Amino acid sequence: MDVLTDNLSLYGQGLWGTVQLTLLAGALSLALGVLIAGFRVSPVKALRAFGTGWVTVLRNTPLTLLFFAALLGLPRFGVVLPFTVFAVLALGAYTSAFICEAVRAGINTVPTGQGEAARSLGMSFRQTLSLVVLPQAARSVISPIGSTLIALAKNSAIAGSFSVTELLGTYKPLGERGFSVIWSFVWIAVGYLIVTLALAGIFGLLERRFGVPR
Amino acid sequence: MTAGTESASALYDIPGPRALARHRRYAWITGALLLAAAGFVVYKLVDTGQFSVVKWRPFAYKGIQRLLLTGLANTLKAFGWAALASLVFGVVFAAGRLSDHRAVRWASGLVVEFFRAMPLLVMIFFIFIALRLDPMLSLVIGLTLYNGSVLAEVFRSGVNAVPRGQREAGYALGMRKTQVMTYVLVPQAARSMLPAIVSQLVVALKDTSLGYLITYQEFLYSGKLIATNLDYDLPFIPVVMVIAPVYIGMCMLLSWCAGRLARLERRSPRSKAVPVRTELPQEI
Repeated sequence: MDVLTDNLSLYGQGLWGTVQLTLLAGALSLALGVLIAGFRVSPVKALRAFGTGWVTVLRNTPLTLLFFAALLGLPRFGVVLPFTVFAVLALGAYTSAFICEAVRAGINTVPTGQGEAARSLGMSFRQTLSLVVLPQAARSVISPIGSTLIALAKNSAIAGSFSVTELLGTYKPLGERGFSVIWSFVWIAVGYLIVTLALAGIFGLLERRFGVPR
Repeated sequence: MTAGTESASALYDIPGPRALARHRRYAWITGALLLAAAGFVVYKLVDTGQFSVVKWRPFAYKGIQRLLLTGLANTLKAFGWAALASLVFGVVFAAGRLSDHRAVRWASGLVVEFFRAMPLLVMIFFIFIALRLDPMLSLVIGLTLYNGSVLAEVFRSGVNAVPRGQREAGYALGMRKTQVMTYVLVPQAARSMLPAIVSQLVVALKDTSLGYLITYQEFLYSGKLIATNLDYDLPFIPVVMVIAPVYIGMCMLLSWCAGRLARLERRSPRSKAVPVRTELPQEI
């Protein structure tokens, strides 16, 4: 217990870092993921091919490699940004591939009659997708997107090893201050459980309020 | 939607001549943008001297090549052990969760849910730093606990997805629970679970790269050793250009196997007779 009470500010900083990373990267991945999902169902072949390529490559890239390339490679390239920004970009891009697949699966659950009705009203592809299909798809993808974002929160732990302030990274200063390693890890684990359970709770509420059975 | 067109999409009309022309225009714009991006990257690469001889020379050395190959072998070794152990872990805990005894069910459920909820890296660090095991063992144990738990859920949902009549027919023939499991349910579930298992193995393969963070001498770590060498003028980008295609290629190969298994399964007459749907795990 001492480990937590004596280092409350350190843990607080770490937890806040993890929450920040999760929120920022989550927002980025949602925006990118929905956009790429739109590409993947669009009538333009080039856009479809781009979407497929994006998803295939990112889904098969180890996240650690992506971090390595972004945080250590890009600065050699003349791109100098704070490490947190690189971490958000890497996490956001990686997660966007999974969000895209979830959204695409959601689009496929919308009955074809909806799209056909929209088209027979003279709507364009963009109108059909954004006004008719996506709002309905959104209600069926709440829980898959929730579990993807929970995975994102867990993956953000990797950022700690690349000198970004977040929860897992707190084990180091704690060890230097001579606190028990096992207990410092127990509280780190509790911190992650708080974040993931909070996310699960939020998405559970959303699912109950807006969700439809798939 | 008439037959013969490329899509069965309900989202847009079959393009007429004007729409086709517009699509072609979009295609050109997309292509031009991508080309511009690629051109900018290449320009930057040349501009920052990433193609200089100094940075690429190390890859011609026998020692460096051996270092990379050893790293790759270590990655595959960790992956192989982790895959094997997580399959065993998954079977054991799935059996536990399907048990008739409430205590066993409850305990295995707790274990599986806990390891699925913990970030994999936290577990690996805990094993490596707090329990002081060696890096390879920490990595393999961490991967096993996480992927094994996910696989346990896959196995459980697969067995539960076999239509109820199959189980009831087994019991009606006088089979015991173990017999129903091994002769009736598992063979049918196994076929439908195979794609899900292979895609979970892709996750395990990707996550072996976490070994880099605990100084396990795997592929990415060998790359880092080369990349941080001042003699070769810190060839970070060349190293990424060599390592990334290998990693992505290996994972894509496994993903492709998973996709192919799923397609075969869908087409197989056996699964058409008694469809068993296994829920796919979140492969992230």
